[in-house]
Amino acid sequence: MMLRPLACRARTPLLLVGAALAVVGCRREERRFRESPPATTPSAVRVSALQPGTMADTSHMPNPYESSAYAQSEGQRLFGWYNCAGCHANGGGGMGPPLMDDEWIYGSSPENIYNTIIQGRPNGMPSFAGKIPSPQIWQLVTYVRSLSGLTPMSGRSARTEHMNFYQGAQSMQGAQTPKNSFRPPASEFP
Amino acid sequence: MSVAREQVECLHHSLIILLCLAARGYAFRDDARNGRFRALIFTHPMTLRMSYERRFRVPFRFLLLVTLAACTREDVASRAREPAAPALPASGTPRATVTLDAEDGQWTRAAKSLSGIRYSQLAQITADNVRNLRPVWTFSTSVLRGHEEAPLVVNNTMYILTPYPNLLYALDLTKGDSAPTKWMYNPKPQSEAQGVACCDVVNRGPVFANGSIIFNTLDNHVIAVDAATGAEKWNTKVGEINNGETMTMSPLVVKNMVLVGNSGGEMGVRGWLKALDLGSGSVRWTAYSTGPDSEVLIGARFKPHYPKDRGKDLGVSTWTGAQWKIGGGTVWGWISYDPTLNLVYYGTANPGPWNPDQRPGDNKWTSSIFARDPDTGEAVWAYQMSPHDLHDYDGVNENLLIDVPWKGQTRHVLIHPDRNGYVYMMDRATGEVLSAEPFVHITTTHGVDLANGMLRYEPSKHGRVGEVVRDICPASPGGKDWQPSSFSPRTGLVYLPHQNLCQDSEGLEANYIAGTPYVGMNVVMTAGPGGNRGELTAWDPAAGRAAWKLTEDLPVWSGTLATAGDVVFYGTMDGWFKAVDARTGAKLWQYKTGSGIIGQPMTYRGPDGKQYVAIMSGVGGWAGAIVAGNLDPRDSTAALGMVAAMKDLPSKTTKGGTLYVFALP
Repeated sequence: MMLRPLACRARTPLLLVGAALAVVGCRREERRFRESPPATTPSAVRVSALQPGTMADTSHMPNPYESSAYAQSEGQRLFGWYNCAGCHANGGGGMGPPLMDDEWIYGSSPENIYNTIIQGRPNGMPSFAGKIPSPQIWQLVTYVRSLSGLTPMSGRSARTEHMNFYQGAQSMQGAQTPKNSFRPPASEFP
Repeated sequence: MSVAREQVECLHHSLIILLCLAARGYAFRDDARNGRFRALIFTHPMTLRMSYERRFRVPFRFLLLVTLAACTREDVASRAREPAAPALPASGTPRATVTLDAEDGQWTRAAKSLSGIRYSQLAQITADNVRNLRPVWTFSTSVLRGHEEAPLVVNNTMYILTPYPNLLYALDLTKGDSAPTKWMYNPKPQSEAQGVACCDVVNRGPVFANGSIIFNTLDNHVIAVDAATGAEKWNTKVGEINNGETMTMSPLVVKNMVLVGNSGGEMGVRGWLKALDLGSGSVRWTAYSTGPDSEVLIGARFKPHYPKDRGKDLGVSTWTGAQWKIGGGTVWGWISYDPTLNLVYYGTANPGPWNPDQRPGDNKWTSSIFARDPDTGEAVWAYQMSPHDLHDYDGVNENLLIDVPWKGQTRHVLIHPDRNGYVYMMDRATGEVLSAEPFVHITTTHGVDLANGMLRYEPSKHGRVGEVVRDICPASPGGKDWQPSSFSPRTGLVYLPHQNLCQDSEGLEANYIAGTPYVGMNVVMTAGPGGNRGELTAWDPAAGRAAWKLTEDLPVWSGTLATAGDVVFYGTMDGWFKAVDARTGAKLWQYKTGSGIIGQPMTYRGPDGKQYVAIMSGVGGWAGAIVAGNLDPRDSTAALGMVAAMKDLPSKTTKGGTLYVFALP
């Protein structure tokens, strides 16, 4: 008898939490069959943080897929298909620099990476302008940022489908420790 | 792993399986009507309720016999090819030799001689006094990438060509140990070329001829500059970075022609060798490695020794469709020349993509050796070492032209230590393989059939798309990569610097996008048997086996130098420059340089009459990419899988290019 009101009181926040989780979960798993992300190149993106005088506001263009697990796994697939992996390997680099570390030559923001892919860079990054549709570039941006742990944990895929090329665990969720530091054992990861 | 140990392990595993089966009740069910075995079934003893007439237990003793037989089967014993144990040649036995040019105390091309043997007749520095060797001067190149080049010395001037941006320095040796810079030539290659260089932005050195220093730039220019003034004489662009082409090899000058080849076997490039006029730089002929005979320059004079290499337009018919146009076979290695036969010899690189499923056929003429007439470019013979190559076994390694006593005769041979793990000894007039013996642990093949020239593949190492194949030995860089060997006619031995690596790989579908990688393989490398990643092997070509062998922790990615003082020089990737006894391999001297060594040692006589030894220090290349390119060791597939085997290199060396020159006090 005494328990019922208590249970009723507790039910409301539980419902709210549940609804919130459901919304987050839906966003994570959202698949878009008609893509309508920003199709234009992010403008006014600065590659340098050094500006004469006071820092002006930079217009940030958020990645529409930042927390989408679907976009990230699509990005991973495209990363292989467009031969990004041929130079950057599975994030560790080769002909091109590594992408899983915390060093960003041309900026780590989504719009910086978008522009790097579109424009190319003078030390060897080819320009893919006109070669990759804009939605796919945003998916690539999502995956590239996930390699160094810059995307929300909820959007990252649990494991890769291929050979186990990261030491310890097959999961890519731990790929967020700073460059060249030794990874702790897999059990220490959440 | 030894054969005996493998058998013991096999028996052990099989007996465990047998015991398990016996415990579970392993039965054959007999078809009562026709008396044949129909099915093999597992049945738990508790569920066996059928009549005993209709089934019988296979006697345990029978299974035991089968197991014993299986574990001693020949294919288990021959799963891997092992090199023969090193043995010094008996004194008095005839040894390999070579006809030497007169010693001029200079070093005018990367391998010193046209025969490609890297042997100097200078003998002031000997096995007895080399322990007194000390550095006398050094020179910083201002470049941080891998320094694979050989310095040249001509007319008391030293020429150094750096990796990208391919700076060419001329240092004046007549001013003593200060060696001031006479001039510097900067070709200003396109910086974008760095993005299509597969394995660091290296260069393997210039060549001197006709008063010019001639070299290749990463962005596909062949340039001749005046050796005295540094003024550009001619500059010819021969390749296109937007198709994935780069140039890293050291040219060879033969009969007023500059022979050059392209790099880019990982980028869907079509390989070629070009001859440029020494005076003008204009292209005289181009010999492609794939395509129709008219473009491979195969004509009436083409007489390969083996039937497998004969036929019309094999450069097209051994491919599917137009794949030969992006099929690799680049020419980024070494060229040698025999003036008597008037033939140049060089190897072609791997077929592209690495994933073999995407290119059915033998893929000619990738992973092959060509002998060509330099006057016309015509092929005289060709031999494909690795038909339908599965593991990136390029055929570009050096060909040493020497004379070897063989079955009572002296044969004029070429010695070719191939990436597939065998030292090929071939008659250089005909292309006949006289012997092909392993110098490293090999699991991918079972040897070369000398009757038909075929490489016998191990079928279990042929990976398919999405399939992981383990324990592939040697790994993709091969038993030995580009790092050139030397030969001493005083010992009759060839000094092979090489690695000891194995790998696991997984085929992926490769997409051809011009100017981007065309590989289709995830690779993870590890150290081979023994755990050491490098070796220096003194190879006795007359016996077809090693005379002695030194192990090194890291891959020996530097060239070797042999001298008449019976000393062999080489460097290690953690920066030690070493001298060992050419006869025994005894360690005589070492000096720690500033960075890992992947260059080519050379020696010269200075204006003061003293013998000097020089080496470039500066880690990089494929093996050193983890340091030169700041790669992330957590990804084992980085640098095409090399990083997995070299994770500790950043703790052993740092980058930076410096020339070191040594002399006796």
